[in-house]
Amino acid sequence: MEIMDFIISKYNYWIYIILMMIGFYAMIAKNNLVKKVVGMNIFQTAIILFFVSTASKKGGATIPIIQYGHGEATDIINTAQYINPLPHVLMLTAIVVMVSTFGVAIALLIIIYRKYNTLEEDEILNILKMEDGK
Amino acid sequence: MIENAPALIVILPLIAAPVNLIIGLWRKDLCYLFTVATLSACVLLSVDVLVTVISNGVITYKLGGWAPPWGIAYFIDHLNAFMLIIVSFISLVVSVYSKKSIEKELPDKVVHFYTVFLLLVSGLLGILITGDVFNLYVFLEIASIAGYALIAIGDDRAPLASFNYVIMGTIGACFYLLGVGYLYISTGSLNMADLSELLPGMYNSRVVIGAFAFLMVGVAIKMAFFPLHKWLPDAYTHAPSTVSAFVASTMTKVGAYVMIRIMFTVFKPYFSIELIPASAILGWLAVAAMLFGCIRAIAQSDVKRMLSYIIIAEVGYIVMGLSVGNRMGFTGAVLHILNDAFMMSCLFLAAGSIEYKTGTRSVHNFAQLYKKMPLTMAAFTIGGLSIVGIPPTCGFFSKWYLVLGALESQQWVFAATLLISSLLTAVIFFKILVKIYFGDSSENEPLPAGRQARPLESSTPVFDEAPLSMLLPTGIMAIGVLTLGFFSGKIISNVIQFTVPGGF
Repeated sequence: MEIMDFIISKYNYWIYIILMMIGFYAMIAKNNLVKKVVGMNIFQTAIILFFVSTASKKGGATIPIIQYGHGEATDIINTAQYINPLPHVLMLTAIVVMVSTFGVAIALLIIIYRKYNTLEEDEILNILKMEDGK
Repeated sequence: MIENAPALIVILPLIAAPVNLIIGLWRKDLCYLFTVATLSACVLLSVDVLVTVISNGVITYKLGGWAPPWGIAYFIDHLNAFMLIIVSFISLVVSVYSKKSIEKELPDKVVHFYTVFLLLVSGLLGILITGDVFNLYVFLEIASIAGYALIAIGDDRAPLASFNYVIMGTIGACFYLLGVGYLYISTGSLNMADLSELLPGMYNSRVVIGAFAFLMVGVAIKMAFFPLHKWLPDAYTHAPSTVSAFVASTMTKVGAYVMIRIMFTVFKPYFSIELIPASAILGWLAVAAMLFGCIRAIAQSDVKRMLSYIIIAEVGYIVMGLSVGNRMGFTGAVLHILNDAFMMSCLFLAAGSIEYKTGTRSVHNFAQLYKKMPLTMAAFTIGGLSIVGIPPTCGFFSKWYLVLGALESQQWVFAATLLISSLLTAVIFFKILVKIYFGDSSENEPLPAGRQARPLESSTPVFDEAPLSMLLPTGIMAIGVLTLGFFSGKIISNVIQFTVPGGF
């Protein structure tokens, strides 16, 4: 039972690790290049999940927008009421990076497909071997 | 000093990139001049920053006026300033070189080439200047994505090589990001100086050790350190020759810089050397890298692929110098970053000129090439001798310090491996040099149809040197390789000795 408690109390980390490993497996082991790119996306998304989940706080913390904050602040700001905005901001940047990496990868796949007429890695390697043999 | 020089160094090429695209719509030929002008400004700013650092000490530049642990700050000490000059100077030299080579290899992509090239330079300079670990990740990805794109526009196999680089590079960047996340959840800070003060109390925490491991593996992929080097030879071989010259000489060195920052600034030397066996693991992997790189290089006939394998060995030298954990070794490693950047750009630029004139990269076709391109071959020879480590070229001096460092900490195997791998590079280069100067030109393989620049040339070599805009940068690098050796004492006493972390 202790193990179950251990797993459940930190379930966000377990989910991120499982997702990351799925993505990692796809990037390393899959033969199809599109599947590798999909794996890459899962891998990066898992890290976003990790960062965002570290920002949350127990006990009803909400988004960091201060009510009635114009002019004079009426309440003392209690940080426990607000989730940590910084990991979210970091991940906004990471999403931009992710999208551009994805764009470059897809563009490369288009060039590769035009050249070899296939996106299976073993078939491409065979074609390359034939070219070398000539 | 110009007040905003630290920010301008990064922002100038970043803004110049889209401006370049707009200029390209109007006049294509202006892009080259614009790029060279921008990068010259970067070199001047870097020199300005280094002079200030030498006379006044560390510069702290607060972006937007926000004070450091909260805002992003640029901390520039001797190591940053030193690396900034290397990267901006080589980017300038390579951009001068690029004109003819790009016009020939990529006639319809001139504008886009310079745009992405400026982005790459901006990313690399950003990595070097920033004092914030997350900001470093962003710049790392700017540089990498620009690098993927530039490598992909090379020859037929370049897209596939670049794709493999995308996959590996993304794994590296994501590992780095995870490491940053672990550091953030345990300390609540992203600022390097702040982290180095907060972390010592938590050195036994598993989260912190995990963060260190993630950061190191991520950087090791980016710098192509031994078991994670798989992407490098393909990517650098198939890239356009200008791109390989720039990327090969700077990108792995910037990776080495990030490794130094993580091992000795974010974490204290006490942690990375004594508390966990990181330096021992790195040292033995570096030994493997030195041997593996040189042995694989011997078997290559494509000159660019051969140089790519030598880079893997050179990365091994640098990491070995860091791992021995004493003043000599560290000095040797930092000096080797400078020397290797010069040697590699000299060799790759020469290889690019050879490809430009003869249309071949195969070493088997190099016989009697000195008659045709005497100056380029002289530069190639100087670069090669420096890789081997023959005095008075600069390669000798950094290897000297590395060997002394290894001996000082009684790592006999490290020192012996360094000598063995130098001998192996001697075998590689003397084989090629003998071919160039004394080879029988009738043995040259006939060039494949369509790639032959001028018929009958390979059988009867006549004087036909590369154009001046390519010859001049190659020559400057070769002169640099020859003269840096003489100034290495000055460089060490004025700059490098201040980069050695406390506790050595």
